[in-house]
Amino acid sequence: MNTGLRLISIVALTVVLAACARDVRDEPSAPSASSTQTDRINARDFSDARNLENPDSLLSQRVIYFEFDRSDVRAQFRPIIEAHAAYVRANPSARVSLESHADERGSREYNLGLGERRGSSVSSLLSAGGASSGQIEVVSYGEERPVCRESNDECWQRNRRVEIVYTSR
Amino acid sequence: MSLQEKLNLPLGTTVSRPLYWLLITLVGIGYLSIAHAQLRIEIVDGVEGAIPIAVVPFEWQSRADQPAVGVADVVGADLARTGLFESIPRSNMIERPTRPSEVGFGAWSLMGVDYVIMGSVKDDSSGVGQEVEYHLVNINTQRVLLSQAMPSAPGNLRFTSHRIADAIYEALMGVPGAFATRIAYVVVKDTGTDQEMFELIIADADGFNPQAVVRNSEPIMSPAWSPDGRQIAYVSFATGRSNIIVQDLYTGQNRVVSSSRGINGAPAWSPDGQKLAVSLSRTGSPDIWLIDLENDRRVQLTDHWSINTEPVWSKDGEHLFFTSDRAGRPQIYQIRADGSDMERITFEGEYNSRASVGLDDRFLAMVHSPGDNDFRIAIYDRKNGRLRVLSDGRMDESPSFAPNGSMILYARRDNGQGVLAAVSADGRVRQRLVNSEGDVREPAWSPLLR
Repeated sequence: MNTGLRLISIVALTVVLAACARDVRDEPSAPSASSTQTDRINARDFSDARNLENPDSLLSQRVIYFEFDRSDVRAQFRPIIEAHAAYVRANPSARVSLESHADERGSREYNLGLGERRGSSVSSLLSAGGASSGQIEVVSYGEERPVCRESNDECWQRNRRVEIVYTSR
Repeated sequence: MSLQEKLNLPLGTTVSRPLYWLLITLVGIGYLSIAHAQLRIEIVDGVEGAIPIAVVPFEWQSRADQPAVGVADVVGADLARTGLFESIPRSNMIERPTRPSEVGFGAWSLMGVDYVIMGSVKDDSSGVGQEVEYHLVNINTQRVLLSQAMPSAPGNLRFTSHRIADAIYEALMGVPGAFATRIAYVVVKDTGTDQEMFELIIADADGFNPQAVVRNSEPIMSPAWSPDGRQIAYVSFATGRSNIIVQDLYTGQNRVVSSSRGINGAPAWSPDGQKLAVSLSRTGSPDIWLIDLENDRRVQLTDHWSINTEPVWSKDGEHLFFTSDRAGRPQIYQIRADGSDMERITFEGEYNSRASVGLDDRFLAMVHSPGDNDFRIAIYDRKNGRLRVLSDGRMDESPSFAPNGSMILYARRDNGQGVLAAVSADGRVRQRLVNSEGDVREPAWSPLLR
C-alpha cells in the first residue's frame, strides 16, 4: 500500500472511530453486546473457544513466567496450563505454538536452549493434560525477542516466559 | 597463480577483466545496497610506552584521482588502533622521504621516532590498477626492514593499505597483522513500528564499508565465517523457526543447511571448511552434531539431556570445545571430533560459555560469570589452567578472537544499547567501536584473507 493510500485509510479510520466514540457517549445506559455474550458462557468451560477471549476465564491467560536459569513451571501457573490442555484435548483441530524466551543474561545460543527447555516443560504439562503431541510445537527465541528492554530484575522477569500462541483454534 | 585458481572457479571459466576487478574489490556482489552507519573505533586504553612511529604521506604518482584518505592515513590509523604504536602527527614531520635513501636518520632520532614508514603510489603496467611501493626503516639501527611493492585493484587502495599495515605489523611484532580482514555482526534497528529489523552486516576490520548481507524482521543470530572467508553461516528465524543458512558472499546465493525440528543453532566451520558443527535439538534437547557440507551426512557427537551448544573447533580440527550445563550450570567442555574423550575444561566461576579459540588452541576466550550476575569476557590458558577476566561490563558476550590472536572482539551493553568493543589478549589495550544507530551484537572476526 502506498503512503498516500495508507494516510487516507488512517484518516478514514480515525473519522469512523470518532463517530463510534460519540455514539457510545450518547447512549450511556445501553449494555454492550459483548458483555451480554460473556454472561451466557461458562468461564470454567475450557472446551469453549469463546473463553480464549474471556478475561474471566483462565484460557485468556497465555503467558507463563519462569525464574532465572530455571525451567520448572511454578505452581501458580499450572491451572492456566491445565485449562489450555483441556481446550486442546476437546478441540482436535487446535494447534499451539509455545514461543519460549529467556532474559538477556548469558550467551545467546545457550539461552536458545534454555528457552526451549521452558517450552518443553509447558509442552509436557499440556500432554499430561491430554493434548496430543502433534498439536504442540515449541519454538525457542532465546533472548532475541524481549518484551522489555531494560537491564533490571523486573524486565528480566517479564522476558523469561513461554507464550501459548494458538496457530489454529 | 591463475585468475581461475585465485577465485576458485571451475576450470575453463573465463572471467572478463572488469569482472575480475569487481570480484577482487568487493567481497560480495550479493550485498543489499543499503546505506549504513559505520563503526568508528576509539582507543579506550593504550599501552604505556607505545612505540613512536612516523607514517609519511605516500607520494602520489598515479593518473587516477588521489583519494581524500591516503595510504599513510589508513596504515597509521591501523597501527595506532592496536594501542602498541603511536603515530606522530604530520605537522611534526621534519621531512617527507619517499624511499630509504631520502631519510635523515639523525633528525628523526632526535624527535624520538623509532620507525619511519614511507612510499609511493603509481599506476601498474596495465594502467588499470595501481602499485604501492612501501618501505619500513628502523631509525635507531638505520636498517631497512621492509621494501616491497604491492599491487592494488582499482578502487581497492584502502584494503591494499590494510595489507601493507599487516606486513609492517608482522615485521615489527613477529606475528601477522589482522588489518586486512573483515568483521561480521548483527544490527537490530527500531523501525518505528512494532517490528524490528535484523541485519547481518559485513565491514572491514576498521569498521569501514559496512554492507548488509541479510535483512529480516525475524531474528538473525550467530554469524560464523568459513575458513576461506568466502561464506558465512548464520541462524535465521525467517520461517518462524530457527534454521541454519550458509550464504556465499561472492554470489549472494544461500542455502538452508539445517531445518530439523527444534533448535538449529550455533554453526561453526571446521578448519578444512568441509563440516559445520552445530547444535540441534531434534532428539529432544540440544546436542552437538557435525554436518558434512558436501554430502549432508549428520553425525551426533553428544547425547545428553542437558543443553549442549556453542561448539567451536580447535585449530587442528581434532577437538571441539562447547558449552554444556550437564553439571548444573553452563561450563566449557571438550570432545574429540570423533565423539570420544569428552572432558570438562572450566571449573572456575558459576558460568562459562561460548568459547572462542585463539591462535594456537592454548587460549580460549569465553563468557564468564563468577556468580554475581555480571557477565564478562575472560581468557582461559589451557597450559596453566588460569582464567583471567578481561572486560569490565555487566552484560558482555560473544567473544571473537582476531585471526592473529592479538585482540578479542566482543559485544557489550552501554547505556541500554548493544555496542561492540575489543580488548587485547593481554588486557592492556581496549577499544570501543562506536555506532550511531541500532543495537549492535554478535561480532565475528573473519579469518586472515589471503
